[in-house]
Amino acid sequence: MFITRKAEFSASHLCRLPSLSDDENQRLFGTGANPNGHGHNYVVEVTVEGQPNPMTGMIMDLKELKQILEEEIVEPMDHRFLNHEVEPFDRIIPTTENVAAEVWRRMEQRLQNPGARLFRVRLFETPDLYVEVLRDGAGS
Amino acid sequence: MRTRITRLYRFSASHRLHTARLSEDENIRLYGKCNNPFGHGHNYVLEVTAEGPVDPESGLVLRVPELDNLVRDRVLRSFEDRNINLDVPQFRQLVPTTENIAKVISDLLHEHWGIYVSGVSRLVRVHVQETDRNGFEIWVRPEAASVDIQSEREKVAV
Repeated sequence: MFITRKAEFSASHLCRLPSLSDDENQRLFGTGANPNGHGHNYVVEVTVEGQPNPMTGMIMDLKELKQILEEEIVEPMDHRFLNHEVEPFDRIIPTTENVAAEVWRRMEQRLQNPGARLFRVRLFETPDLYVEVLRDGAGS
Repeated sequence: MRTRITRLYRFSASHRLHTARLSEDENIRLYGKCNNPFGHGHNYVLEVTAEGPVDPESGLVLRVPELDNLVRDRVLRSFEDRNINLDVPQFRQLVPTTENIAKVISDLLHEHWGIYVSGVSRLVRVHVQETDRNGFEIWVRPEAASVDIQSEREKVAV
């Protein structure tokens, strides 16, 4: 069984490789390469897999999942410029792929109960673009 | 850990569900209002999903502008503001159900993927939403053209 919790944060970023020319950056990242950055209302969905506890009837306490999302993702990233203010994006480009992978890393550290494992992170950069990170072996 | 990227596109088009292999009455019974002789339209939403490794330097599975060019040139130009039965050649003999639309789009994207999209990502999924109550998706297997069609007709609106 799966349980999904959603959270939102608004942040700015820019996707640009300093080693490339303006034209090359444009081809790679599109308008996301604008050197002054731009912003999104990110929506993150975190899915946990497990079986409901026979006593509580819950896979995990949703309040706890909400709290972890708040501490690990929303509080550090909301209303921030990711490249300048949120590690590791001072060193790696905050593409949707890399931000989703970082959400996965942060959430997995906190979800160590084998009965409620992180299954999927889905990150919407806009309503028309999202990236999913899935556990290896997860189905289609 | 695997990474997939999904991009959404929209197009508006009209169609009529009708097959010459059935009588007029049988067509009406099978397709109901969708068999209206003058056709009708939808605002379709197309989702295209690719999977692949994240390039360590660029942080990308694929270059979104390349995918946008592929979908614009090979899909949206054919379907946007068209009568699918009359204007899209693949549907001269094929009923434009959303299942068939998803299959035709999946084939078009698969056929032209390597011309537009650099790198090693591959097309894994095409989802076509006819209304916010109807969605149809195709999963493209790694070995290429074989596909699974999943119908989600009448699913609860998102």
